[in-house]
Amino acid sequence: MSHRSITSLLALALGMLALPACAALNILACEPEWGALAQQLGGDKVTIYQATNAFQDPHHVQAKPSLLARARNADMVVCTGAQLEIGWLPILLQQAGNPKIQAGQPGNFEAAQFVRRLEVPTSVDRSLGDVHPGGNPHIQTDPRNIGLVAEALARRLADIDPANRAYYQANAKAFAERWNAAVRNWETEAAPLRGMNIVVHHKAFVYLENWLGLREVATLEPRPGVEPTGAHLSEVLAQLQRQPARAVIRAAYSDGRGSEWLAERAKIPALVLPFTVGGSDRAKDLFGLFDDTVQKLLSAAR
Amino acid sequence: MKIRSTFLLAATLLATPLAASAADDADLRALRDEVARLRESYEIRIAALEKRLIQAEARAHSAETGATSAETPAATPTAAPAGANAFNPNVSLILSGTYGNLSRDPAAYGITGFHLPNAVLGDIAPRRGFSLGESELGLSANVDQLFYGAMNFSIHPDNTVSTEEAFIQTTALPQGLTLKAGRYFSGIGYANEQHAHTWDFVDQPLAYQAFLGGQFNNDGVQLRWLAPTDSFLEVGAELGRGANYPGTERNRNGAGAGAIFAHLGGDAGISHSWRAGLSLLATAPRDRQWDDVNTAGAAVSNSFSGSSRVWIADGVWKWAPNGNGQVTNFKLQGEYLRRVEDGSLSYNLNGVLPATGSYAATQSGWYVQGIYQFAPYWRLGLRTERLDSGTVDYGSNNFVLARPDYAPSRNSLMLDFNPSEFSRLRLQYAQDKSLRGVTDNEIFLQYQMSLGAHGAHRF
Repeated sequence: MSHRSITSLLALALGMLALPACAALNILACEPEWGALAQQLGGDKVTIYQATNAFQDPHHVQAKPSLLARARNADMVVCTGAQLEIGWLPILLQQAGNPKIQAGQPGNFEAAQFVRRLEVPTSVDRSLGDVHPGGNPHIQTDPRNIGLVAEALARRLADIDPANRAYYQANAKAFAERWNAAVRNWETEAAPLRGMNIVVHHKAFVYLENWLGLREVATLEPRPGVEPTGAHLSEVLAQLQRQPARAVIRAAYSDGRGSEWLAERAKIPALVLPFTVGGSDRAKDLFGLFDDTVQKLLSAAR
Repeated sequence: MKIRSTFLLAATLLATPLAASAADDADLRALRDEVARLRESYEIRIAALEKRLIQAEARAHSAETGATSAETPAATPTAAPAGANAFNPNVSLILSGTYGNLSRDPAAYGITGFHLPNAVLGDIAPRRGFSLGESELGLSANVDQLFYGAMNFSIHPDNTVSTEEAFIQTTALPQGLTLKAGRYFSGIGYANEQHAHTWDFVDQPLAYQAFLGGQFNNDGVQLRWLAPTDSFLEVGAELGRGANYPGTERNRNGAGAGAIFAHLGGDAGISHSWRAGLSLLATAPRDRQWDDVNTAGAAVSNSFSGSSRVWIADGVWKWAPNGNGQVTNFKLQGEYLRRVEDGSLSYNLNGVLPATGSYAATQSGWYVQGIYQFAPYWRLGLRTERLDSGTVDYGSNNFVLARPDYAPSRNSLMLDFNPSEFSRLRLQYAQDKSLRGVTDNEIFLQYQMSLGAHGAHRF
């Protein structure tokens, strides 16, 4: 190997090792909604890396090397918690060699701690499927939860980065005003949805149902986390004869075959709700997420 | 006397109600006043409380307008176990069992050209009929703010129990550093760190069996460093006892094994991710014995002392459409192992004529496997592998020991069904040509179940 190629190799190696030259707070967001929220509150003071996208099931993500690298450099992880990320986040925390993001540290933010969780089981057993002892983790489908988490997240950002405390507080205040107004709008728009019967693919919408007064009459998964079976789908179809529903809904990442099958036979629309930021063309940000969700549901109610 | 006391008693009895009725009005007034005062004070306090409640409600209301059900920001306390056992470590239990149908007697199992001690052969030889698979009990928890600890017991088919891993690991070292101490699976290669219940086949690759005795665990210390880069770069070094094959127990101070490894990895688009690595394991076996047959066909016992180096190049590539592997996904994994051993060999024919000469061997092997999930819950896997017995120089013993020139190989096909994240049923067929001139057709049925704490798996 020539002298020059050794030098250039060394230069390459050094280049790879060089620290990114920005002082912004590095945030690893486990789910897109929290990435979007952290961006709203942190503005240019934060750099966000999204661990997952809207087409990935956050239950089933792998502790990929790319995520490990980001966890190592993160000043903060912003995740749902309530065991949603239990299959991969513990590995990232264990192997990242990063004390800042360990459980219990300010850099480990679990959104579910700041809202009232639904479906907290009194006893758990795996024969019931993939149940979460801490309650249903899909808290982001109720925008009021987003508001609560925003408040807590802004406080946490200020704790970690006190130099920009005023900035985060101002952003949080501005966001809260816009958000609360938007929530009122969505609630007014969604008034016709109250009492509407729906079928869901996975028990991922309890917070949405609770917010808008939707009535979940059946789930396509026989048990949480267990893909729909033919027999169970037939049962749901039979049930819909007695107890009709207006739509069958699923998250952008769910396999569509079960709900399409049912929709065709029950003559109801199969709705793909964005579920998180990026889950549809209109769900470009948190506001778009609920604009689209409410509109899609209304389209089924009409 | 008697009459007077009776009179007095009667007078007292009579006097009491009289006195009471006299005091009645004043007392009642006092009582009424007292009650009124009490009521007044309670009313003031209740009013204050109500006022505070209204204020609190107003604050909560202004915080998240219109919120009703989500109004209580306080976290719902999950039903956490109370008392002393709240700090019990996470417990996970792996239950596994196999049924093997082999066309050859596994008592004669071996890998031609690769000198494996009897204990290793016993571990890696397939078993016929029903047997318990590697069933594991694992305990793990954070020790405190600085350390994490974990232990894994393994119950083997022959009813022995071993400690696969028992280590402590730092969680608070900065700069991407992690220090581990105790007994652990070495970080070399890709498959070495994976517990049996995450293997994609019933058995480990031939190259792992031939060069590492299946899987190399070590008592020692390990330091890992994760580079502060956006792409994944990890390097690690280990020092340990090296008592396990290819090393041996040594009864000496210092380290009997050292290892270094480096891993690179990243994503290619949303759907692909990969990791590649290079590792070196160096051990210093002393008197590592195995049974062999000399050129005259007589049973001999050989032993090796010297240095053993195993190089491993590994790579894994995973594909899932949009990074969502729920319906379909694919994993391609391959490793190349090369072992260089150098030292002395003691040739022993029934203990009558021990002859020590030099020994130098360079041997290698590889495997490639692909696992395809073609439908939810169903995976199909194919593994192909080959060993190269390479060059073996017995020095002065070359005239009594034949140099191997055979390339052992094995092809395996497996189908598994995973009704949930926690259970797996597997069918595997293998054509095993580990021994020269012998083709063993193997069929395995296996179950693997995991109970207790939800495990998080490595990439």
